[in-house]
Amino acid sequence: MLKITDLCVNYGGIEAVRNISFEVPDGKIVTLIGANGAGKSTTLRTIIGLVKAKEGSINLDGEELLGRSTTVIVSKGITLSPEGRHMFPDMTVLENLKIGAYLRTDDLNEDIERMYELFPILKSRKWQAAGTLSGGEQQMLAVARALMCHPKILMMDEPSLGLAPKIVRQIFEIIKKINEQGTTILLNEQNANMALQAADYAYVMETGRITMSGTGKELLRDSSVKKAYLGL
Amino acid sequence: MKKDIKKRNTILTIILIGIIFAYMLILQLNSASHSYAISIIERSAIYAVVAVAMNMLTGFTGLFSLGQAGFMAIGAYVTAILIIPVESRPTVYYVNGIAPWLANVSLPWWLAMLLGGLIAAGFAALIGFPVLRLKSDYLAIATLGFAEIIRAVIAAPGLNQITNGSYGLNTIPGYHSIFTPVIVSIICIALMVMLLRSSYGRAFTAIREDEVAAEAMGINLFKTKELAFIISSFFTGIAGGLLAIYMRSIDAKTFQVTLTYTILLIVVLGGLGSVTGSVIGAFLVMGGQEWLRFFDEPLTIGGVSIPLFRAGFRMVIFSILLMVVVLFWRKGLMGGREFSWQGLINLFRRIPQLFRKKKSGEGAKNE
Repeated sequence: MLKITDLCVNYGGIEAVRNISFEVPDGKIVTLIGANGAGKSTTLRTIIGLVKAKEGSINLDGEELLGRSTTVIVSKGITLSPEGRHMFPDMTVLENLKIGAYLRTDDLNEDIERMYELFPILKSRKWQAAGTLSGGEQQMLAVARALMCHPKILMMDEPSLGLAPKIVRQIFEIIKKINEQGTTILLNEQNANMALQAADYAYVMETGRITMSGTGKELLRDSSVKKAYLGL
Repeated sequence: MKKDIKKRNTILTIILIGIIFAYMLILQLNSASHSYAISIIERSAIYAVVAVAMNMLTGFTGLFSLGQAGFMAIGAYVTAILIIPVESRPTVYYVNGIAPWLANVSLPWWLAMLLGGLIAAGFAALIGFPVLRLKSDYLAIATLGFAEIIRAVIAAPGLNQITNGSYGLNTIPGYHSIFTPVIVSIICIALMVMLLRSSYGRAFTAIREDEVAAEAMGINLFKTKELAFIISSFFTGIAGGLLAIYMRSIDAKTFQVTLTYTILLIVVLGGLGSVTGSVIGAFLVMGGQEWLRFFDEPLTIGGVSIPLFRAGFRMVIFSILLMVVVLFWRKGLMGGREFSWQGLINLFRRIPQLFRKKKSGEGAKNE
């Protein structure tokens, strides 16, 4: 279980994250929803060690991760599929997948085959440069790449960003499938509707704080969430 | 089908290697009459090593470094100092004398070269700490400054008894055979290619493509950049040693910033991110500078001497050719790809098509 306690992060001169606490239980899908600039991305980037926290605690199965390097955190089993996908554009699809498993030293073939099963489109594109893929294919590659290091927890930052609704539904189906196969998911989303439907548990972030939490279904029914994030 | 292509490529490669070695053997056996060709090939091979090393940094890892001349100077001086025959040292250091602790230290050339590479790598490790935090142009300026400092230190009077200051070093024993520098170069380039094909090589490219994503994959940015910088500098140092033996006399002026620019030129011309591009670029630039020499000689046509043809004119032509290449092959000749037989065959197949297209285009115009 990943447990965040009293996390404060200053980012770009402002208090981006103020004293937040939440939990990501094993095998669940947990989502952070909220508007732009609420501090969702900063939270994920802090967990993986790309941004340094001011104070607080990030605890994975009893081990403190705050202040550790990204390399260590990834090797402990947390991985991030970053916002905006961040492909390695001139590398082939296959090379992108291999880079995802950079910290592993064992045989990768089985996992590469597994990714091709999850994302058949990647198999037909394996020799293509990642930069030439469509947005949806790139997002699938980003998820596949993150899965290549056998994470316990996969964090996804805005996987639906800039994608057509049909592709977004596909992505969410894949997220559920990955979760059923045993990977815990921490999801950042602006598309609150999709995220809440998929999530076991959800937290609402506003200007750096967590203002509300509940199961996905509870929040979907909540009138203030409906008004603020679902546009109903 | 696939197997056939593979078989064909292997056969073509073996034939090519055979031709190259046979050619070098012929040159070597008639070395007296072919010393000019031998010297161009040796020089090109040496520059190819530095170019591939620089490409590893600039083309593959995305670190724009201009410190090559400095690291070459370190490698060259270490090698030269250690291989000048002990008996001729008093004549080399005739002004200031040689430091007593150094006077009788002598190593075989390959060991001296290796040591030169290691010392260059050591310097890279040290300056890497502050310098690799910088990006793009700032990194280039910092490494350029480092190279100039090295040059100034080598020429400093305080080091007269070691580097012979501004008098330079001479009577360095040269190569007996064209095969020595060429084979050392091949080994160096092969080692770098092996590194670039390993998971480290992938990490280098990942850093070039997207630092944030690379870090999120668990790649330690600083360590990986430092590794690329150290290994590149090691091979640059080795190439410096090769150059010292090739030139047989060196001084601090050999390692001016123009040396770095020549290497940068080779790398850009060959294509950033292409090892074969750098090798081809090295031979083209080194060869081109020589082949164009006839422009330097006075030319008389029908009793009128053409005024442009005089010493230095070849560099003008050379520069114009470079501009043309950069304009039409914006990513360099190889453009990040590697040489393949299939690519060459396709290129030859495309040539007739080009003409056909042009002709049909003209036909359309005439109608």
